[in-house]
Amino acid sequence: MNAVITIDGLRKSYGQREAVRGIDLEVHAGEIFAFLGPNGAGKTTTVEILEGYRDPTAGQVWVLGADPARADRDWRSRIGVMLQSWQVEPALTVRESLEQFAGYYPRPLPVEEVVRLVGLEEQRDTRAGRLSGGQQRRLDMGIALVGDPELLFLDEPTTGFDPAARRGAWQIIASLRDAGKTVMLTTHYLDEAQALADRVAILVDGRIMTHGPPDSLVAGHPTRITFQLPHGVALPPLPLPGRLDAEAADGRVELRSHAPVPLVHALTAWAMENGHDLADLQVRRPSLEDVYLDLTSTPRAQS
Amino acid sequence: MSTASLVRHQVRYDGKTYWRSPSTIFFAFVLPIMFLIIFVTVFGNQRMELADGQLVSGATYYLPGIVALGLIQTTFTNLAVSLTASRERGLLKRLRTTPLPTWIFMAGRIITSAAAAILLVVVLVAIGRVIYGVAVPTTTIAAGLLALIVGTFTFSALAFAVSTAIPSQDAALPIMNAITLPLYFISGIFIPQELIPDGVREVAQVFPVKRLYDAFLTVFDPATTGAGIELTDLGIVAGWGLVATIVGTTAFRWAPRTD
Repeated sequence: MNAVITIDGLRKSYGQREAVRGIDLEVHAGEIFAFLGPNGAGKTTTVEILEGYRDPTAGQVWVLGADPARADRDWRSRIGVMLQSWQVEPALTVRESLEQFAGYYPRPLPVEEVVRLVGLEEQRDTRAGRLSGGQQRRLDMGIALVGDPELLFLDEPTTGFDPAARRGAWQIIASLRDAGKTVMLTTHYLDEAQALADRVAILVDGRIMTHGPPDSLVAGHPTRITFQLPHGVALPPLPLPGRLDAEAADGRVELRSHAPVPLVHALTAWAMENGHDLADLQVRRPSLEDVYLDLTSTPRAQS
Repeated sequence: MSTASLVRHQVRYDGKTYWRSPSTIFFAFVLPIMFLIIFVTVFGNQRMELADGQLVSGATYYLPGIVALGLIQTTFTNLAVSLTASRERGLLKRLRTTPLPTWIFMAGRIITSAAAAILLVVVLVAIGRVIYGVAVPTTTIAAGLLALIVGTFTFSALAFAVSTAIPSQDAALPIMNAITLPLYFISGIFIPQELIPDGVREVAQVFPVKRLYDAFLTVFDPATTGAGIELTDLGIVAGWGLVATIVGTTAFRWAPRTD
């Protein structure tokens, strides 16, 4: 597969503080790659190096075959960027802003098509300053798309969106992959990464703790079984296939198992025989959130 | 897009932004016109003496000053405020990842404010002619255009240079007023030059505000013979512009201060 982005031994320091402490990574053509991590993990710093805004302290990055810090106009016409914080010119309408940016690119998309794509048909003649936060963000996404770039950097693209708008944005991003584009996404919404990304890297303290397809990251993690234990009742000795962790607090029990079926079977059989009600019984397969919380809650233990 | 059409494209959208800003229109356009009318009304249109001993009407005395002020308000104050706002809102940072060349962005801003300055000068001269009977320069028109070009270049460059030192969007207008208002006073734009002490006038001579004013004064002075080009004054104005260009291009920041 073609590497669109290659990161090799990347480090970035601001004075004494090391924001990025050695990242190696390849992002392939046509994939959606997500950077996940808590605030201050080095996501934005890394992405801004890839966009050409910052120089690395050590290591090298290659984006679309060029060093971003020294890239030319032609290179910039092949990328689209959604920054975390910038304000579209408030005095221009949605259509005017899109037209302005479209004019910078050699082969832009038709502005009306972009207006439809980001769902701002009703607001096309509204000045950006009068749009809601979520609408401004959608306009920002439209501006990132209007040059029809090969590679998109989307930094927290759905922050401030209502749930419906978020689903809409996910559809747009997924359609970009279908159109053969490469997307580098940073997000702190785990469901967003799980829904969209072909591969995920979890960044903590400037290092990649783990990376891979969301399903494979989740694979090693146990299923969670939670329920409310009736007052004064103790948990019976259960058959324990695989690893089992149990935690009880305020009568709420959480079991974690790699083989949940026999466990749930034994548990419910015990409850039926003894006439206990396992209130709020839930069996939940592991999600990216479990992986993420495991990694980010004990960053020191992992490093 | 060819370079020329890209410049036109940039000017088109800069122009829309410019003319949709009420504070821009007030400070760069309405205020100078108000000043002209207020000064002539308050101080009267009676005969005043120029430095060369020539007696002129009050309006003829004030018009060149307001022309200089108007040019400075549009190309310096407004431009610096809009550049600071564009930087702090992240627009400059965002533009850096587009194929738009830096110089076209700068050219767009300068052309937009220069066009506004020229329009303002035309309006001021027309008001001077129609309401106060100030003669429109004829033999000195080339000198007037030269002063306009040199003044636009210098004050635009100064706007780029000064904007690099302005820490936030809120601070921009107060800082610009703190720079320009004292200079307008000591340069005799607000008060007759003969009321200004010699020492203060000497200080004013160092700065481009007074020099630009003097160049315009010669253009509008009915006693001016020949082309009326004030080479020393315009040379000093241009010198400020060259220094500002160096400072502006070396210190120019794309990213917001908070970045």
